[in-house]
Amino acid sequence: MIARWAVASLFFACLIGLWQLAVNAHIWSPLLLPSPSNVFIYLWSSLEDGTMLEATLVTVRRLLIGYGMGILIGLPLGLLTASFRWSQDTIGVLALGLQTLPSVCWVPLALLWFGQTEAAMLFVVVMGTLWSLIIATDTGVRTIPPIYSRAARSMGSSGFHTWTHVILPAALPFLLSGMKQGWAFAWRSLMAAEIYVTILTGFGLGHLLHYGRELNAMDQVIGVMLVIVMIGLAVDKTLFAPVERFLHRRWGTGRQ
Amino acid sequence: MESPAPATEAVPTKLVLEHVSKSFQTSSLHVQALDDVTLRIAEGEFVCLVGPSGCGKSTLLNLIAGLDRPDGGTVQADGQPISGPGPHRLMMFQEAALFPWLTVLGNVLFGLKLVNGLSSAERREKAEYFLELVGLKRFMHSNVHELSGGMRQRVALARSLAPNPGVLLMDEPFGALDALTREQLYGDIQRIWSQHRKTIVFVTHNVREAVCLGDRVILFSPNPGRIREEFSIPLPRPRDINSVDLARYSTEITRVLKGYVQSEVAG
Repeated sequence: MIARWAVASLFFACLIGLWQLAVNAHIWSPLLLPSPSNVFIYLWSSLEDGTMLEATLVTVRRLLIGYGMGILIGLPLGLLTASFRWSQDTIGVLALGLQTLPSVCWVPLALLWFGQTEAAMLFVVVMGTLWSLIIATDTGVRTIPPIYSRAARSMGSSGFHTWTHVILPAALPFLLSGMKQGWAFAWRSLMAAEIYVTILTGFGLGHLLHYGRELNAMDQVIGVMLVIVMIGLAVDKTLFAPVERFLHRRWGTGRQ
Repeated sequence: MESPAPATEAVPTKLVLEHVSKSFQTSSLHVQALDDVTLRIAEGEFVCLVGPSGCGKSTLLNLIAGLDRPDGGTVQADGQPISGPGPHRLMMFQEAALFPWLTVLGNVLFGLKLVNGLSSAERREKAEYFLELVGLKRFMHSNVHELSGGMRQRVALARSLAPNPGVLLMDEPFGALDALTREQLYGDIQRIWSQHRKTIVFVTHNVREAVCLGDRVILFSPNPGRIREEFSIPLPRPRDINSVDLARYSTEITRVLKGYVQSEVAG
């Protein structure tokens, strides 16, 4: 465990070292490539004056609401498309098509429909999450060996009980990877939306990134990017990884 | 008021199948899985259904389990027509259909939770009892993937026995196991059957296995699936699959079975 930490720390220390070397070589103007210490100073000051925390809260709040809505709508729809031919031919085809659409494409539409509002943001996030979640759920349910349902039916399970006690748990590994993918898509779409849409109900990380570019403040741009990466890592390590480990242990899949 | 059973019919009939037929339509062909099958199985009887694959043995089990409906004829359990699956007739499948998202104990509890009127303490007690019976109590907190194939089928057996079904339906439960593990399970299943006296309908294509386990061996022939012949096996229990007496029966049954298969080919 300590060895793994040491390796990881060394790796990232080397990356920062390379970065500093590149800055010292003066190949690029410091306006384009700020030094690690400048980025650190920006992060520190933005933490002190509260802008970073505020922007993070605004963004994470949008993300959680949009992602939550995506799951709440996508999961049942995925179960539906997996269960009935007619829903597979309609909703399933729709989801398959829209899944290929990059979520930034929803931004112009969202702006026209909802204007510069919070709803526009959420709309883009939900559209970015929903379709891949439907597809993942559908695939998960279809991949379940039919023997599970038959065994459960033989023991007297039926209808809703079979769904909640057999189909959903059996599809759990697929659902989790679908949710992970949905989370990544939600991030992508929200950042696209925040960069393109300026609304007065709150400045998120995307806005901070956008203004960093406008002000030619590369330390801010890179600082915000780092924060986004950190949040992504933190969520993966604290939310998804433990569930994943549990599933691997139960199913006996994956490597230790 | 129940009148005392007449002496000639000391053992009541558990399952009655009369003129049962069932066919399937696949994309390329029409299969008459069962054609006019009539069969009576007494309570506590161990009946083995034998025949080449595609002779409708598994279809028959599905009908008794209530997982399927017959096209024609009637299937009755305890004098009542079978309307659907339920914990009175439990099915044990070819491959261990254990649920990988539950522990061994969780799997055994699954069926028990579908039985009404049991407290959680009673369920737990029953689950542990049946895991003990199949010799796996100390693995009750294990995950399914940590068990060997034979152990998994033992858990499946405990899961099927725990809700106390009157009828146990076994669809080639030992088909995927190695010979040594199988022999152990023959011993286990005979011991458990003699203790608990379930009615067991056991499907296999292994004649020796059928002779080792069954009170009766019923021979099926395919296309259309029909009962061809019946053999009583009056050997004392517990039976050893390697005994000479047993071999005598299985040789005879195999000879008859081959006769059908050859006449099918010739005809």
